[in-house]
Amino acid sequence: METEKMVHRANEIARFWEAYPHDEALEGVAGHIRSFWEPRFRRQLVEYAQSGGVGLHTLVLEAVRLVVPRPEST
Amino acid sequence: MTLVRETDYGTPLREAATTVTLEVDGKTVTVPTGTSVMRAAVESGVTVPRLCATDSLEPFGSCRLCLVEIEGRKGTPASCTTPAEAGMKVTTQSGKLARMRRNVMELYISDHPLDCLTCPANGNCELQDMAGVVGLREVRYGYEGSNHLHEEKDESNPYFTFDPSKCIVCSRCVRACEETQGTFALTVKGRGFASKISPGDMLFLDSECVSCGSCVQACPTATLTEKSVIEMGQPTDSVVTTCAYCGVGCAFKAELQGNEVVRMMPFKDGKANHGHSCVKGRFAWGYTTHQDRILSPMIREKITDPWREVSWDEAITYAASEFKRIQAKYGNDSIGGITSSRCTNEETFLVQKLVRAGFGNNNVDTCARVCHSPTGYGLKTTFGTSAGTQDFDSVDDADVVFVIGANPTDAHPVFASRMKRRLRAGASLIVADPRRIDLVRQPHIEASHHLALRPGTNVAVINAMAHVVATEGLIDEAFVAERCDMASFNRWRAFVSEERNSPEATESITGVPAGSVRSAARLYATARNSAIYYGLGVTEHSQGSTMVMGMANLAMATGNLGRKGVGVNPLRGQNNVQGSCDMGSFPHEFSGYRHVSDDSVRAMFEEVWGVSLGGEPGLRIPNMLDAAVDGTFKGIYIQGEDIVQSDPNTRHVTAGLAAMECVVIQDLFLNETASYAHVFLPGSSFLEKDGTFTNAERRISRVRKAIPPKAGMADWEITLALAKALGFEMSYSHPSEIMAEIARLTPTFSGVSYEKLDRLGSIQWPCNDRAPEGTPVMHVDGFVRGKGQFMLTEFVATDERTTDRFPLLLTTGRILSQYNVGAQTRRTPNVTWFDEDILELHPWDAENRGINDGDLVELASRAGATTLHARISERMQPGVVYTTFHFPGSAVNVVTTEFADWATECPEYKVTAVQVRKTSKPSEWQATQDTFRDETTRRRDRSVNRV
Ligand code: SF4
Ligand code: SF4
Ligand code: SF4
Ligand code: FES
Repeated sequence: METEKMVHRANEIARFWEAYPHDEALEGVAGHIRSFWEPRFRRQLVEYAQSGGVGLHTLVLEAVRLVVPRPEST
Repeated sequence: MTLVRETDYGTPLREAATTVTLEVDGKTVTVPTGTSVMRAAVESGVTVPRLCATDSLEPFGSCRLCLVEIEGRKGTPASCTTPAEAGMKVTTQSGKLARMRRNVMELYISDHPLDCLTCPANGNCELQDMAGVVGLREVRYGYEGSNHLHEEKDESNPYFTFDPSKCIVCSRCVRACEETQGTFALTVKGRGFASKISPGDMLFLDSECVSCGSCVQACPTATLTEKSVIEMGQPTDSVVTTCAYCGVGCAFKAELQGNEVVRMMPFKDGKANHGHSCVKGRFAWGYTTHQDRILSPMIREKITDPWREVSWDEAITYAASEFKRIQAKYGNDSIGGITSSRCTNEETFLVQKLVRAGFGNNNVDTCARVCHSPTGYGLKTTFGTSAGTQDFDSVDDADVVFVIGANPTDAHPVFASRMKRRLRAGASLIVADPRRIDLVRQPHIEASHHLALRPGTNVAVINAMAHVVATEGLIDEAFVAERCDMASFNRWRAFVSEERNSPEATESITGVPAGSVRSAARLYATARNSAIYYGLGVTEHSQGSTMVMGMANLAMATGNLGRKGVGVNPLRGQNNVQGSCDMGSFPHEFSGYRHVSDDSVRAMFEEVWGVSLGGEPGLRIPNMLDAAVDGTFKGIYIQGEDIVQSDPNTRHVTAGLAAMECVVIQDLFLNETASYAHVFLPGSSFLEKDGTFTNAERRISRVRKAIPPKAGMADWEITLALAKALGFEMSYSHPSEIMAEIARLTPTFSGVSYEKLDRLGSIQWPCNDRAPEGTPVMHVDGFVRGKGQFMLTEFVATDERTTDRFPLLLTTGRILSQYNVGAQTRRTPNVTWFDEDILELHPWDAENRGINDGDLVELASRAGATTLHARISERMQPGVVYTTFHFPGSAVNVVTTEFADWATECPEYKVTAVQVRKTSKPSEWQATQDTFRDETTRRRDRSVNRV
């Protein structure tokens, strides 16, 4: 996925959850990405965040560590 | 097969708590209070002659044929207008009655052409039948006097003719148009002998008529007759089935002569439509035999090669070998599939099974991605089920109808007629829509409030309404305390009560006057029963899911759930979009909306399917295209969808498809997506197969095979063949066996079987041990998820903003005569009403740009440009333009962008920043696309291109 698009998609999720208290918001964002993003895009997001994550919402940056795909999935 | 003919009881069924018992010709019968003597007679097995009465309409008492004698009463009252009373003794046959009836018939017949033998209604004419029943033997009045025999026919409607020489002025047509359809297009002009039926002194085609066919069905003579009947003659057989167009799911009788359809007649016992129809289901079935249908499988190596017709075997083997080759080269997850919301539940279930178990990944999705995926997400989060809460009949008990982002008179016409009937009977209407949709003002209907909000501000409006409810003491505290999660409620109450969510504070965002929002909120919250009906104007936004939850919050807070007359009701677009979602078409969930990561659910499927299944979500359609552009997704099996035309940002869609190595399309026609395909598998129309569809009210109805599949295989058989060639054999000999597997694996379907569907007619899921006959209204004793969950719905403005370059907002929608990408309706005479997509814009915006009505204009966004003809219309607000996307030539989705709902990636079709200017030539995209289409639809063994 184009990086800009991925960042926008992830941030949109954060913009919904930011109305919630921090811990809930964090789990909201992470849970959403875990449940709905296919592993290759989760991996892309994690890698992007680890390499600085320019433009990512702070909630996404924090949530990223909770969304790493299971190692066995391709 | 035989011809199904429903009993006509003469007058409508009455519902009453009490009954009356009477005698008709010596037979005792008990009926609900308020039932007519005529209906009571039919119930007791006695048919009274009649002409102006039929049980879909209120009795009128004009023909005087249904006279009876009642002991102790003077005269001979009309049985259709006389209510049955306790102890009545009714006589329907006597010498006196016979004489009177013969006289009446004699008068009718004296002004009727006696060409019965050559009349299209011969054998199916109530006038003819009644002449027989009353024993008419002579007509004493000749044709010398004045008569109507030479009146001219009106053949302007493409589907039916009006031959006034045969009219008996029973006014059944007028009443059908008023009561059943709610259009009021017909009137009786003049009085006595001079009286005439007229669609407002003009041709039918030029009148208000929407061609629903209700008058034709109600007409007891050949005055209003389907052209197909005139051409082919009366049908000899019929099969009860379900309309394959919209999510209303009307039941029809496909009436046949051999393997040819003569007409589609709405089925009176159909529980979604109660015998009504719209122009699409009733008349627009000609596409099923259109010459454009592809009837042989075809393959090609490259999309620039001409198509080569091959045997089924060769096509299936080629597709399977390509999918295997791709998986071996690029990995297991490099292919996927799209199920069709136009196919049956059984077919959809098979495609997702093929993907999950045969391909071995979860890369399956469906077109609900682009329409109601936010409904699934929002209602599941708040209530616990991904579906509407009510049955359609529930609207009869609504006191306030709140229509949000839906245009039912065009998109869900039969339900709209039902809704209009309730509104004419006194329910109040609130409409929230940027456009002044037809419903806002109709004959005898006027919306109490039209909240003409700016596109993209739904959530701000619903929050403002919630603010009013929360701060003016309008919350149903008892309902909330008993039924909802209190922590989430308290948090929501505090949130919506904040001043920034008030109607006054949001007015500058939404453009809706605060006073209107306040009154609408009060009206909604204080009525006995308030029901929300919504459509794609809610879901197709960056905050689509948020808005669904916002409406759910409002309904819970005001206690408008769990009984008749209330609820949160999505009006779903395609015939089986509810079903395709139910059947596990989304990449993250199995049938019955259970996440693939749930180990116990997966184990159940693994046991039945005999393979191990993946627990990670698969790719959604837009992600499949992203991955294709990235080079990690290379093959796709698309059943009955046209993503090039229907999905947003066409350039991105086509780039994704062009990057794939094997695209397999299963469809009736070479659609726009087929230009990018390597294998074409000719599909079957709904008339050619067995199965079920599930409509917007969760109603599962049978689709029954009326004629054999024209290309040799039903769609489910094609999927089976593909699975077998891939080495994952699934064996079913009939769709009923697929349904048995669905029932076994899906708790909400566990009680569903073909035997039960045949017995009950249709079933609303959940259907299981707790609700063996189905569930018309959901969440009656509590929410499916336990306690109702309030969600915080912060308004977040879309990033799609108007700019100096793109100063207008484009919103898209549908019209009555066309359906979705138009593949079907464009191939019918429905093009008489609408043969191109038109851009509607407000007079101010037109004037600023020097645009006149009918001008060719360029519509451009940051994604792309297209050209259309303009229509100046005050339905739009200044600054907002509107169009449809039924025609591939207009390529409207070249303009729409990939912004999408945050939760489900449902595209934001309803908001695109655009500019409009006059032009004289097609856009660059349209020009190149025309050439491309010609090149990619060539067929090797035929010189003619098919588009
Ligand atoms: S057109 Fe048919 S239904 Fe209408 S008044 Fe004439 S006979 Fe009756
Ligand atoms: S077809 Fe429908 S809308 Fe048209 S006149 Fe008849 S009942 Fe009215
Ligand atoms: S309302 Fe929908 S289901 Fe009914 S006939 Fe029209 S298109 Fe078909
Ligand atoms: S049927 Fe009763 S008056 Fe016509």
